Amino acid sequence: MTEPFVSREFVGKRRGGAEKASRLPPGQYLTEDFPVLSAGPTPRLDLKRWSFSIEGLVKEKVSWAWDDFLKLPAQNYTVDISCVTKWTHLDMQWRGVSVDTLLEHAELDRKAAFVTAFTHDGYTTNLPIADILNGRAFVAYQYDGSPLAPEHGGPARLVVPHLYFWKSAKWVAGLRFMEKDQRGFWESAGYHNHADPWKEERYS
Amino acid sequence: MRQPLDWQIATVKSIKPETEKIKTFTLTLPNWTRPRAGQHYDVRLSAEDGYVAQRSYSIASPPEQAGEVALTIERIEDGEVSTYMHDVLIPGDRIELRGPIGGYFVWEAGLLPEPLVLIAGGSGVVPLMSMIRHRAAAGSMVPTRLLYSSRNREDVIYYDELQSLRGDGLEIFHTLTRSQPAGWTGYARRIDDTMVKEVIAPFGKTMQVFICGPTLMVESTAESLLKLGVAPAQIRTERFGASGTAKGG
Repeated sequence: MTEPFVSREFVGKRRGGAEKASRLPPGQYLTEDFPVLSAGPTPRLDLKRWSFSIEGLVKEKVSWAWDDFLKLPAQNYTVDISCVTKWTHLDMQWRGVSVDTLLEHAELDRKAAFVTAFTHDGYTTNLPIADILNGRAFVAYQYDGSPLAPEHGGPARLVVPHLYFWKSAKWVAGLRFMEKDQRGFWESAGYHNHADPWKEERYS
Repeated sequence: MRQPLDWQIATVKSIKPETEKIKTFTLTLPNWTRPRAGQHYDVRLSAEDGYVAQRSYSIASPPEQAGEVALTIERIEDGEVSTYMHDVLIPGDRIELRGPIGGYFVWEAGLLPEPLVLIAGGSGVVPLMSMIRHRAAAGSMVPTRLLYSSRNREDVIYYDELQSLRGDGLEIFHTLTRSQPAGWTGYARRIDDTMVKEVIAPFGKTMQVFICGPTLMVESTAESLLKLGVAPAQIRTERFGASGTAKGG
């Protein structure tokens, strides 16, 4: 191996102290902002026509209209979020419904091993089901005590805090369970299939 | 075989001031991969004790500029990487890079035949400049209109080069939102519905749009296009900052 590269005279700002730094995945920097990244325009969704479905390898497809979705048991979440564009925002406060709660309403086929989150604007992202079960993912409709803004994915987005944020599909319309993995939008455009920030799984 | 996304050590070939807070860094790469216009590179800085900082910067140069890449970078006052680039880096210095990265906010001459509409706010012009330079280098005659919003005349990046590239189907529309020099004939307000309508008018509803700039500017400009009947699939966006501020740098 060659000597590690050192940038001449670089010290860095090292914001946030040791506790926060220990929560920062490699190559990330802390921000208090909530940057917006989307491949296209922000869709303005009509709550009257909004739906969320669980489909694919399930015994019977389930769908909720907006009013019914709000009646599902919800939880508050405080999580650290890391975006592949390098920002990490600690202790983001969300309210939403656990994917586990949603799956209580559907019977998963034994063959289901992967899931595609699909959205009202045509975006997709793919995950192994282990990454969305056991409290690891939720569908959020509030951020910081307010309804989730459209540019941040409102009325509702998937949140998978332990993976880079593109896995947390904005304007989510449902989860499709599948036997085989199918690459989503960014995963087909050179980004990593799994996206664990602690392993720096940015690009494929 | 070397993958294009391994880190490599580039050498600073030249540094050109563009505006008060913006410089272009031309870097020579030992393992150059032809980029697509609109892509970016990751820059990594490492301190002696192992502390690292990474940021992504859009490529300003065209894919035709072989063996090197130009990154135009705004100095963000409380930034960590951009301040180092602006205040410390000199020609001959070495710096770690990885790229090119990004597969959606890209334009390639010949691949997308539709008329091209490029809309920039501030340093959001950088990836669009790569497209414009690529268009010229490739000899593309695709009808192209750039709408470029800056605060003041002295904040406009690439002004002279843009002037010289006019023609061959390329038209450029500047808007200055804060102050305008005497005799200014361009737009003098923030981008709005009317301005967008005027700029896209000759193209009807079929065009490929790229918008890059602060979040609020991108949001409102995309909104204007949708209102004018442009399909969402024809609009590709890249935003920076949470609230119309600047790229965390």
